[in-house]
Amino acid sequence: MISIRFRPWLTAVSVALLWGSMVCVPAAAQTSDANKILIQEFMFMPNPLTVKAGSTVTWVNMDDEPHTVVSNTAMFRSGALDTKESFSFKFTQPGTYHFTCSIHPRMVGIIVVE
Amino acid sequence: MSDESLLSRRNALKCMAYGGAGTLFALSGGVLAPINLAMAADDASGAAKLGKPLFVQISDTHIGFNKEANPDVDATFGQTIDIVNGMAIQPALIIHTGDITHLSKPAEFDTAQQLFSRLRTTEIHTVPGEHDTSDATVTEYFNRFGKASKNKGYYSFDHAGVHFVALINVLQFKPGGLGTLGADQLAWVAADLKGRSSSTPIVVFAHMPLWTIYEPWGWGTGDADQLLGQLRRFGSVTVLNGHIHQIVQKVEGNMTFHTARSTSYPQPVAGVGTGPGPLKVPSDQLAGMLGITSVSVVSHPRSLALDDRSLA
Repeated sequence: MISIRFRPWLTAVSVALLWGSMVCVPAAAQTSDANKILIQEFMFMPNPLTVKAGSTVTWVNMDDEPHTVVSNTAMFRSGALDTKESFSFKFTQPGTYHFTCSIHPRMVGIIVVE
Repeated sequence: MSDESLLSRRNALKCMAYGGAGTLFALSGGVLAPINLAMAADDASGAAKLGKPLFVQISDTHIGFNKEANPDVDATFGQTIDIVNGMAIQPALIIHTGDITHLSKPAEFDTAQQLFSRLRTTEIHTVPGEHDTSDATVTEYFNRFGKASKNKGYYSFDHAGVHFVALINVLQFKPGGLGTLGADQLAWVAADLKGRSSSTPIVVFAHMPLWTIYEPWGWGTGDADQLLGQLRRFGSVTVLNGHIHQIVQKVEGNMTFHTARSTSYPQPVAGVGTGPGPLKVPSDQLAGMLGITSVSVVSHPRSLALDDRSLA
């Protein structure tokens, strides 16, 4: 799947943005990044994200502008996430979950739980 | 035609040729005519004829924002308050068209309310922006400003013969879409306007533009047409919004649409860059891109004048 194929690249980007490009993080430290969604330039990435049931997904806002993560079915709702702030939610049941940013409602994302 | 309207029309025509930084917009019979502010200020009798300031619109104070585009939004809101407090005749009302805070945090609302309390004009009417309703429980704004609307977010009031309608379009977002007023609010507006004389000047204010300025960035309200249809019969309708941190305006029949500057930071022109985020400008240009809108009654009760003033 496309999202899986590109995930290592996105992880590398996230590490570079969070820690600076000179820092090399061991592969073991990146395991949780597989369930991470970066919010960057008014987009959720990757989108869609596919995870296993029981996974905790973490959204991290990389923009200067705050964003929120709001489930379309009122299953979860973050507060406003300022720059570098994050929000996590554990998905226990398989399914397709749609979410949006309530501050910028054109920003939409999908999580597929297998 | 009265002497007053003759004078303002003559001035308007004269000033069309001037341009310049300070521009006052006199709305007469639905026609928006620019008048040079410097001339209005130089000519005391002319300024007096422009009428008493009815209210000042403040918008997008974003208390809590501390990024590069403006590290001190408390200070620029403070400057705004000084400008309003320094007006020769104090406006009867202050209207805040939302994004009072940046992140809906209690401490941000506390700071905003402390700053509000410095205004000499004590009657303040607010509507929330999406930044004010971004707390997980969507309660902070309503705990502080919900009383006027019984926590609904929309309400109306009258002042000096003008009917004011405050609307909320930041709660019922459809994912991927624009702001929404919703069926309940639209029905309430219909009931609120019913039986009012078409000669009553109407001021409608909400945070997000009530006309589509740029759909890809959500700069509009999806069901605004149903509102505007109800307003068309009125002879003077002024629609005031914030949200986009810059002045955009249009006139459609008897309706004038106008968005105010922010007091915090500018945003890019529609479609320039990746999204509607804070725009960093050289620090000596910032004050010129922040400001307020003051609204006066020109020739009561038919017309209102809009005057945009920057912090520079």
